[in-house]
Amino acid sequence: MLHVAVASRAFRRYSTYRAATVAGVFTNSVFGVIYSFAYLALWKANPDAGGYDAVDAVTFVWLGQALLMTVALWGGGATDDLAERIRTGDVAIDLYRPVDLVGWYLASDLGRAAYHFLTRGLAPTVIGLLLFDIALPDSPAAALGFALSIPLAVVVSFAIRFLVASTAFWLLDASGPRILTGALAIFFSGMSLPLVLFPGWLGGLAEALPFSAMIQVPNDIWLGRHTGLDLVGALAFQAGWALALLLACRFVLALATRKLVVQGG
Amino acid sequence: MPLIDVSGLERTFVVRRRAGFMRRTRSEVRAVHDLTFSVETGEMVGYIGPNGAGKSTTIKMLTGILVPTAGSLRVAGLDPSRQRTELAQRIGVVFGQRTTLWWDLPLRDSFELLRKIYRIPDARYRENLDRFVELLDLGDQLDTPVRQLSLGQRMRGDITAALLHDPEILYLDEPTIGLDVVSKGRLREFLRALNAERSTTLLLTTHDLQDIEALCDRVIVIDHGTSVYDGSLAGLHAQGGSSRTLVVDLVDEGPPIDVPGARVKKVEGPRQWLSFPTEASAAPVVAAVAASYDVADLSIQEPDIEDVIRDLYSRGA
Repeated sequence: MLHVAVASRAFRRYSTYRAATVAGVFTNSVFGVIYSFAYLALWKANPDAGGYDAVDAVTFVWLGQALLMTVALWGGGATDDLAERIRTGDVAIDLYRPVDLVGWYLASDLGRAAYHFLTRGLAPTVIGLLLFDIALPDSPAAALGFALSIPLAVVVSFAIRFLVASTAFWLLDASGPRILTGALAIFFSGMSLPLVLFPGWLGGLAEALPFSAMIQVPNDIWLGRHTGLDLVGALAFQAGWALALLLACRFVLALATRKLVVQGG
Repeated sequence: MPLIDVSGLERTFVVRRRAGFMRRTRSEVRAVHDLTFSVETGEMVGYIGPNGAGKSTTIKMLTGILVPTAGSLRVAGLDPSRQRTELAQRIGVVFGQRTTLWWDLPLRDSFELLRKIYRIPDARYRENLDRFVELLDLGDQLDTPVRQLSLGQRMRGDITAALLHDPEILYLDEPTIGLDVVSKGRLREFLRALNAERSTTLLLTTHDLQDIEALCDRVIVIDHGTSVYDGSLAGLHAQGGSSRTLVVDLVDEGPPIDVPGARVKKVEGPRQWLSFPTEASAAPVVAAVAASYDVADLSIQEPDIEDVIRDLYSRGA
């Protein structure tokens, strides 16, 4: 299968950078420790802020560190390759091939995400477990739900990054939109602060945006805050965004190709 | 029906230029204008022209990644831009300045990915790979990541990549750019053999006229988006009214040599350059010079195709 080959190639490609992986795990762990102490202070002052207790809050921090690279929250991954290929014009070579670009880059990004999950996801989690009191999923449903929600989170993130990279077809350089989207993603995914702490309409907005599917939703599933039908609903929320955004990718790519093909570029 | 059939092909680009704050002017540039030619199966055609003549634009339209503004275009019976994916299975493209390989993968893995992209049957794939690896001498490089290959090795890798799915047409855009003489020679030899064995049709754009002389029986010269010459290489010489040159070294410096059938182009000390028509024999000119002058040495220079083409370009302009 072509897409399996593409994904495993991306996995292998990232696995050649061992030192970068070790340095990244170290960084994730340092930030995990800093955030954990900050959250512990916050939850000491306000012990059930957002409906989390102190253990939930620290768990949220370490899950966030684990997902950060897995979903490539602030950019990177296969979509950076795409943006670069658009900028240099090498994307023309992709167009000569009888393959669908969205599927190709998605497969590649899933391969990358698998590698980052197994290294930059698992390793800091183990360190967090050793240093702090962290909650584990309290039911098989929560564990299974979490396992399902990670690939969905990656697809949502991929689709957003793919759309951002596609702006290079018009702007030639996608770094402006990339930085903007990265900032939005950090804020609205729950990475900087759990969305449950956002007040009123801002909280409602944050939870409805696709960014929440990248960190907040998987974390809440792990923490057992979605059960039964609500768990299915949370996964459906992710899957819905994933599907809608992938369709948007297809559409934007068709527009871009048409522009290239009709207007030249 | 010809394999490639181009008739009255047009392509204009809209260029918007900034003209002060928030104001833009819009102008149209005609990259290809009223271009007509056809290529039969098994031909090796050189497609040449100065920078900006419309070569790449034509190739882009032939491969379907650019839509013509007007005119008709058929490649292997398909409409390239509408049936791009289908056409992609039947053509191969090689760019001297870009690679279709993956930088971080060993050659073998790049080929393996292409096998899956083009759904090449296993037996066919293995047979082609073995053949090209042997012919292009890539055996030792198969496990090397592409980024570590030399330009010549990469180029051979790219050519293999373009041919694994048995394309009927191979487009080569500056395939020998940056290669040393030996690599160039080997590449040309390979392309000739490919054409002879499989009657793969070759369309070659290049600035290296030796590529053309070595490979192409037919050249199409394009300038300002339109064909200014289409025919044999020999005919191009005649068309250009090119001349041969007799270089005469006299024993002593003297006045310009005056013999029938030739005229002096240049004098530099005892050395003089006489030009005479390509179709004329050199013998009477040499005899006349030797009879009337004290000659130390003689040599004849054949006309340079580059001069002929330069001549064509300047006349087209």
